[in-house]
Amino acid sequence: MLEEASARPSIKTVVMEGVLDANDALAQANRADFDRAGSFVVNIMSSPGSGKTTLLERTLERIVPDVRVGVLEGDVRTSLDADRLERFHVPVVQINTAGGMGGSCHLDANMVRIALRQLPLDGLELLIVENVGNLVCPAAFKLGEDCCVMVFSVTEGEDKPLKYPQMFRAVSLVLVNKIDLLPHLDFDMAKFDRCLDDVNPGVERMLLSARTGEGVDAWCEWLRARHKR
Amino acid sequence: MHELSLAASIVDIVERHAGGVAVRSVYLKVGRLRQVVPDALTFGFEALVQDTPLQGATLELQLIPAVGRCRACGVETTLEEFPLLCGGCGGLDLEILSGEEFFVESLEVEEADVGGGERAAVD
Repeated sequence: MLEEASARPSIKTVVMEGVLDANDALAQANRADFDRAGSFVVNIMSSPGSGKTTLLERTLERIVPDVRVGVLEGDVRTSLDADRLERFHVPVVQINTAGGMGGSCHLDANMVRIALRQLPLDGLELLIVENVGNLVCPAAFKLGEDCCVMVFSVTEGEDKPLKYPQMFRAVSLVLVNKIDLLPHLDFDMAKFDRCLDDVNPGVERMLLSARTGEGVDAWCEWLRARHKR
Repeated sequence: MHELSLAASIVDIVERHAGGVAVRSVYLKVGRLRQVVPDALTFGFEALVQDTPLQGATLELQLIPAVGRCRACGVETTLEEFPLLCGGCGGLDLEILSGEEFFVESLEVEEADVGGGERAAVD
């Protein structure tokens, strides 16, 4: 196809390459490493402040040392989250995304691949990836995980699923956290269920409180049932 | 969606396929379910190619509608909004036929000057 658009004619070059193909290829390489090691990998996502790290502390209190678990912590800056998990003496690698394209708001497969070099993957039955707090971007960047889980808190508003459909569609489990605060809120659980079913019909959800521990055992059972393959 | 890092991926793809030839336009297919903001993506792309050999290249987005086929009644519906409902029976169990595309389809490049390089002229 030649066009006399300007002094030089132009031609069409076929590309047919997915924008996220490079990330997906690295995710597949991560997946191969996880399979070789027999590790079940969970990508935990949420908005900032929903209680991911506190829930992770409650989880590790229950499953260590029965389950050989490792953690990848994703934050734009600081090792504060990884520091909180140090007392469990499990492999924890902190990924800081600052310094990328001005501070990436999500983990991508490349960052995970680099972090895996520091992790003794062969000994791990379960790898928990705590993604950067963000309700938009993490959903688009596969890491090679087995499944995605969202931590949603009841202080966030029932209509969040309608506002962030891609994120709520990307997960296979929604953990509804901070239920200990329900007496102080006007949170309408039935409305939240309807909003959630509008974007991800029938997706599994669990109510819990990382602060009081209510419901956390059920979440740990969910993990135990899956990491033993 | 973080349009700047997406734009960076697009720039990378274009550089690899352009082979050093001046690029006029980049044709991108974006499904409506991807939740990409077109203006932000275009803005990001133009910002990234400033002062590079790709400067002046435009990003042309073709938005692909979301279409789902109902697994219950077989009707195909163009989907505009969540909830994604079958237009026939109102069911939620849909097979997504289109709307999740996100790829660089082709480039419009200047024909190379004299001799060197292969042409990939395609109709």
